[in-house]
Amino acid sequence: MLIFLLDFNPIKPDLGLILWTTIFFLGFWWLIGRSAFSPIARALKSREDDIQGALDEAKKAKEEMANMKAENERILADAREERSKILKEAKDMKNHIVTEAKDQAKAEANKIVSTAKVEIDNQKRAAITEVKNSAGIMALEIAEKVIKKELKGKAEHEDYVNKLVDGFNLN
Amino acid sequence: MCFSLTAQHNHDDHDGHDHGHAHDQHEGHDHGDHAHDADSHGAAAHGDEHPTNACGMSAHHGEFDPGELAFHHVSDQNVYNIGPWSFPLPCIMWVPGEGIDFFSSGKFNGDSHGNGTKAYKKYVLHEGLVQRVPDFPTDELVDIGAHSVVAVKETIDGTEKSVSYLCYNGTKYKADDRSTLDAGYFGGGLTSFHDLSITKNVLSMGIVVFLLGWLFLSIAKAYKRRQGMAPKGVQGLIEPIFVFIQDEVAKPFLGAKWQKFLPLLMALFFFILGLNLWGQVPFLGGSNVTGSLSVTFVLAIVAFLVTNFNGNKDYWKHIFWMPGVPAWVKTILTPVEVLGVFIKPLTLMLRLFANITAGHMVMVIFVSLIFVFGKNGTSTLGGYGTVIPSALLSVFMMAIELLVAFIQAFVFTILTASYIGAATEEHHH
Repeated sequence: MLIFLLDFNPIKPDLGLILWTTIFFLGFWWLIGRSAFSPIARALKSREDDIQGALDEAKKAKEEMANMKAENERILADAREERSKILKEAKDMKNHIVTEAKDQAKAEANKIVSTAKVEIDNQKRAAITEVKNSAGIMALEIAEKVIKKELKGKAEHEDYVNKLVDGFNLN
Repeated sequence: MCFSLTAQHNHDDHDGHDHGHAHDQHEGHDHGDHAHDADSHGAAAHGDEHPTNACGMSAHHGEFDPGELAFHHVSDQNVYNIGPWSFPLPCIMWVPGEGIDFFSSGKFNGDSHGNGTKAYKKYVLHEGLVQRVPDFPTDELVDIGAHSVVAVKETIDGTEKSVSYLCYNGTKYKADDRSTLDAGYFGGGLTSFHDLSITKNVLSMGIVVFLLGWLFLSIAKAYKRRQGMAPKGVQGLIEPIFVFIQDEVAKPFLGAKWQKFLPLLMALFFFILGLNLWGQVPFLGGSNVTGSLSVTFVLAIVAFLVTNFNGNKDYWKHIFWMPGVPAWVKTILTPVEVLGVFIKPLTLMLRLFANITAGHMVMVIFVSLIFVFGKNGTSTLGGYGTVIPSALLSVFMMAIELLVAFIQAFVFTILTASYIGAATEEHHH
């Protein structure tokens, strides 16, 4: 094994290479660690936080939107209910008004009819009274005339009355 | 390809390590390199399989050895070779007691195999690595000729070791390898000098760290500029990886303390991943940075120190006096737990090293199949016949290595996170 390694330089620890590796590696670690690796890690962290924050915010916004939508729907439903209520009320009121108007009209009509009836009755009564008066007057006149003229027989009487009755125009 | 196959034969006058060198880059390109060498060295080599130099030294030659080639490929170097080009690198050599020397490895006038023809300040370049010749007569830049350094195997204190000698003006000088901290266990040990140079691996690491730094600073700027906006461009390319490590590694293992350790985990992951990938990019030299024990050692030490410095009371209590088990079990458990403290980073170190090195070596060996079946250039049919299978195997292996690059970076990071997590966890009994 040792004979095999005689010319195997890479396994022989060489002071120069150890020295230079130490310098280069420590330098690289210190300098690039300070001015690149740590800042990059911090930048990645802050970017990750930013992205997470944005995602959280978006989720929150979505939730808010959902809430808002529910609210809107509720308001809309309320409005619909209100509308139907108002419509119903209006309908009721209309019916009421119509009914009332009808009743009123009916009452008015009845009143007019009854007034008319009373008037007619009055007129009728007046007319009848007038007829009665006229008939009385006529009867009196006839009776007067009959009394004035001496009638010869029965037939003559009857002709004469008829002649008088015709003479009264019953208009 | 034809030149390449015949070139192998002509290369027998070099030491065995060189063969198929141009395939260090994994994909078996730049055969022009070999063609050039075949032209310049070919004639002299014919008929002389085992040349001896002026000092009577003979490099061991023989069959083309893909293993040695692979070892050579995964080794760190003082020059950066890409195909036929050789780029010099700064050398920083420390001789304890004598001070530090700065110079360019271009001084050695190395060829594309990393063998120099000049000595400078008692240093020579052999197989891409600088060696020191303590007894060399002069510090001046002098010509030593081609292939004057030869490695031979010697038995020292009952252990076989590879020892290099320089032949200069008919005199044989011992050439020291750079010091290594393995106390001789892996064939190295303390020698007369330490090499603190910007080597191929160090340069690769510098380039990768620079690119990663630039990338992440610009991304961090983009996050600042485009705060809270969707990622764009390269930001969008890195973000999933970043978030994956953050959410799948840091957060589950470290709990509330994840932000404290995130920079370390990210640094580990991207440092390892960047270097793993850099070694796999074709035409970039195939640096084996994360496949060097020295590199993974430092990373494991960092993981070890961070884990234990952040260990809370419960962590140490669980190691030294595990609650809830009988006393006699504790006598067994405590040594095991104490060993575990060290074994954990040790496994981190070895796992990454072994995986990446193995990947590099397998790539070299698949390409080497061409030369193995081509019988080092003598069997044209074997050589040509293996080109397509070798290429297919290499492509398949590269795909797997791409996966391994990510997996190993991820495994190192997740295990480090789990060790730190276990050490800082709040127990509620």
